[in-house]
Amino acid sequence: MLKFEHVSKVYKGGKRAVNDLNLEIEKGEFICFIGPSGCGKTTTMKMINRLIEPTEGSIFINGKNIMERDPVQLRREIGYVIQQIGLFPHMTIQENISLVLKLLKWPEAKRRERARELLKLVDLTPDYLEKYPHELSGGQQQRIGVLRALAADQPLILMDEPFGALDPITRDSLQEEFKKLQRKLDKTIVFVTHDMDEAIKLADRIVIMRDGQIVQCDTPDDILRNPANEFVEEFIGKDRLVQARPNIQTVEQIMNPKPVTITPEHSLSEAIQLMKQCRVDSLLVVDEKKVLTGFIDVEMIDQKRKKANLVKDIVETEIFTVEKDTLVRDTVRKILKRGMKYVPVVDHNHHLVGIVTRASLVDIVYDSIWGEVETDEISKIG
Amino acid sequence: MDTVVEFFSNYGSEMLYKTWEHLYISVIAALLGIVFAVPLGIILTRIPKVAGFVMGVLGVIQTFPSFAILAFFIPLLGVGKTPAIIALFFYSVLPILRNTYTGVNGVQKSLLEAGRGMGMTGWERIRYVEVPLAIPVIMAGIRLSVVYLIGWATLASFIGGGGLGDYIFSGLNLYQPEFIIAGAVPVTVLALLTDLLLGKVENWVTPKGMKKMRQAA
Repeated sequence: MLKFEHVSKVYKGGKRAVNDLNLEIEKGEFICFIGPSGCGKTTTMKMINRLIEPTEGSIFINGKNIMERDPVQLRREIGYVIQQIGLFPHMTIQENISLVLKLLKWPEAKRRERARELLKLVDLTPDYLEKYPHELSGGQQQRIGVLRALAADQPLILMDEPFGALDPITRDSLQEEFKKLQRKLDKTIVFVTHDMDEAIKLADRIVIMRDGQIVQCDTPDDILRNPANEFVEEFIGKDRLVQARPNIQTVEQIMNPKPVTITPEHSLSEAIQLMKQCRVDSLLVVDEKKVLTGFIDVEMIDQKRKKANLVKDIVETEIFTVEKDTLVRDTVRKILKRGMKYVPVVDHNHHLVGIVTRASLVDIVYDSIWGEVETDEISKIG
Repeated sequence: MDTVVEFFSNYGSEMLYKTWEHLYISVIAALLGIVFAVPLGIILTRIPKVAGFVMGVLGVIQTFPSFAILAFFIPLLGVGKTPAIIALFFYSVLPILRNTYTGVNGVQKSLLEAGRGMGMTGWERIRYVEVPLAIPVIMAGIRLSVVYLIGWATLASFIGGGGLGDYIFSGLNLYQPEFIIAGAVPVTVLALLTDLLLGKVENWVTPKGMKKMRQAA
């Protein structure tokens, strides 16, 4: 779909921003360019839609050399999302989304319909169409920014650190949403970032660059398992290499399958006893069918003991969970980033099946330091 | 009071005509100024090296005494309305040009990149992004320049351009205060009304989204 052949960009004064780059990208692939600032990743991306023109070499999209194409036409066929979002403040959301269609001379009614259709993809209600960008939160704005790039059903989308300016939690949810969207729509994505977590989470292949050259280009798993050299190792970070234990893949494999639970009808004194008995400071609340409804902890009981009697009176239903087939590395990152003590693991129907605690993480670290043999022995002893 | 009534009965219709003449001279000069300065301002944002020079030259012209400019046009264009309009046109250019340039230059670079990246031609970027976003600043320049022009248009009477300046200068020459007042008051009223009207126009042409944003801020 997209092919770089000996592409270089030389700026005035002889600085080679990109140096003899060769790369081939398949249709439907999600490619992340990553590297320290000034490594040429953004330059490489911008050469694809000719915002920057290559000095040497050629770039082909579906076999056609982009330098032989009209740049304006070319850009209309490629989606483009930037870090600053760049929604036009004087246009409504509807006008922003369908701007490319307007440039392509679509009739008004069809543009309207298309905007409405796209808005559904990101779970925003149609009343957003008439709002203006400043009335939306940062996360919502960038969702619109992404939709704008999808408007004309462009097969290729370029994204320049699109989630870089968002707060970590919004970024997390947008990444997840976007990955799903990409799979569903089967787009080819070229994504520039300097956030390794983001690249590992999203990319089918990661291109690590330094000084205008590709250092390594592989799937996230291969990069984590076999970093090409010290630079890559350092760039990935030691903690991630630990996480990349090949034998552990999903949360199900590391979770504790017997979390301490209680049903909503129990009294608070029973809850306290249970905590004491099991030496824990919080309990997961499930109903008869083992569906997770929330949690209680010792502080909540302490605060509300005088007013409430039953578990269901004080249960906190805002609870973060992971599904059992989530990758371990994503879960670990979330636990560490959000400073959570534990994460309940649920199946697709929200039935509680286990729990990942910080102790489970310690087990993984032991594993990677002393290897599996010894842990096997320990489990035999146990 | 009697003198006022008497003045109006003698000169009422003439005064209306002079007011009309006055307005005509200033508005035509201002329109020429807009037609010339807005596109030039946009062009100058594309060539920043030339922009500094052009602004400098126009700034110098602005400091010429208006009398001198009017007198200067007599040998070239003779007397009457046309040279008056042309002289005033020169004065209208700078505020509009400077505001257009500042307004268009002040549009966020990220918006322009988004526009370019999504495949806008240069013209489409001006049409859909730069001008709508710069409108409030451009309009402020136009308002300023029109109000100035209404004041300066009194000088048109010196080179036979007519307008309310006729009253003011004959009042001064003949020492008849009622003529001075009959010239000065309508000029002031005219300037105030025009500013008010242009304020409405500004509100009308400013994109809705920007107004809402300013209210929210």
